[in-house]
Amino acid sequence: MRLLAGVPDDRPLDLDGHHRVHGPMAQHHDLLAEVERSGLTGRGGGGFPLARKMRAVADARGRAVIVVNAAESEPAAGKDHHLLTRTPHLVLDGAQAAARSLGAREVIVWTHCGDRHSRDSLDAAIADRPGRHPRVVAGPDRYVAGEASAIVNHLSGGPALPTMSPYRTAERGVRGRPTLLANAETFAHLALVARHGADWFRETGTPDEPGTVLATVRGAVRHPGVLEVPLGLPMAGLLARVGGTTGAVGSFLVGGYAGTWLTAGAAEVLTVSRSSMAAHGADLGVGLVVALPADRCPVAETARLLGWLAAESTGQCGPCINGLPAIAARFGDLVAGHAGAEHLEQLHRWAGMVTGRGACHHPDGAVRLLLSTLAVHGDHLREHARRGTCDDLASSPVCPLPPTAAAETGPGRWR
Amino acid sequence: MSVRVTVDWTRCTAHGLCAELLPELIDLDDWGYPVVAGGPLPAELEPHAVAAREACPALAVRLDKVTPPEAGRPTRGTASRP
Repeated sequence: MRLLAGVPDDRPLDLDGHHRVHGPMAQHHDLLAEVERSGLTGRGGGGFPLARKMRAVADARGRAVIVVNAAESEPAAGKDHHLLTRTPHLVLDGAQAAARSLGAREVIVWTHCGDRHSRDSLDAAIADRPGRHPRVVAGPDRYVAGEASAIVNHLSGGPALPTMSPYRTAERGVRGRPTLLANAETFAHLALVARHGADWFRETGTPDEPGTVLATVRGAVRHPGVLEVPLGLPMAGLLARVGGTTGAVGSFLVGGYAGTWLTAGAAEVLTVSRSSMAAHGADLGVGLVVALPADRCPVAETARLLGWLAAESTGQCGPCINGLPAIAARFGDLVAGHAGAEHLEQLHRWAGMVTGRGACHHPDGAVRLLLSTLAVHGDHLREHARRGTCDDLASSPVCPLPPTAAAETGPGRWR
Repeated sequence: MSVRVTVDWTRCTAHGLCAELLPELIDLDDWGYPVVAGGPLPAELEPHAVAAREACPALAVRLDKVTPPEAGRPTRGTASRP
């Protein structure tokens, strides 16, 4: 374990403990070169090489701004919360190292408005640290508010809505300044690269995907929760580390709610890495793995998720406003047996109609979930279309959903 | 240098004038929103593209200059994943 080394079960590692475990804050004189050699990539789902972002910020004109995205908009994931409530100093060290390397004076931590616990832990950690204090901002608790351009827009004085700015965040981000925006876990890894260097970082993981990653495993496993594993660990190893499964697993949802279903068979041969997931049409995303019990209905779960994703549209872009509810409603009809298999064609058509047609990738994500459901659970869905609903629609979901905020839409919700 | 027609989805409200003025390139989806054919704009269509941009009541049609290698927007992330 690296990020989670020495972390207590029930409280944050305080500054003394943090220094005992990780040593004092230290920094390579050329951090950017070190990050480049380390191969550290973004851990928020994009997987973009951190050094390239840092280089773009360094090359852009103006005083840089550092933004730590710790909002964890993904409802079933827990890693950002885990980092902030267990080892906040590591995240802050990473942001501080980036600020020093890029000459930034301003560090902002973007958090989830509904996650009081994380913010209290973060505030306490900041109060213990010497030097310039980062600013903690609580963004609206909406799924899409964690998207980079939405964060930048909010921090520049606008609503937390995605924009179609033609500029990269690294070049023109917060108030037009070059902005290094990365996930909280990415900054925590950066803190360790700054201390121990690239060679150390590459000692675990795979040559192409070095280091460790935080995963959130839930569903039919003995000890659900957040854990740190080396990239390249076989999925079986990941499941073993959470105490194994609690019964037969029918399929796995991986990446996030806008993620991908995998059959239990495919999951057996997978490793926890972007390349292995990609080979099976999936994405590591934010490291979420939900084990769906074999006796639970995957299309009922999907119907709920599609409905929630549709409700989480910001209402800005036509294809998303119209397409996602249409897809969710038609899918719901199929699951309830109110539509026939001939409507599957319509779903495919609508999927093509919303993909890539918005200010953010929210519609693309919903379509990814839809298409993987059709691919992996297509037979099950056709069975529903033929024979009607199963009892599972009424039972409590395996994939928990936060209360839909859609009833409270309006511009105020995004400030 | 060539030009590419793009739609600002945060502005577009499906008036559909662009599809009237530039049918060679723009179709409408099930909900009346423009579907723009990919690739660079043929030079002979440029005046029509300019007309479509000028006519759009929502100011949603953009003509982006494309310089090779194509300068995209690599930082558009999914929610929670910058």
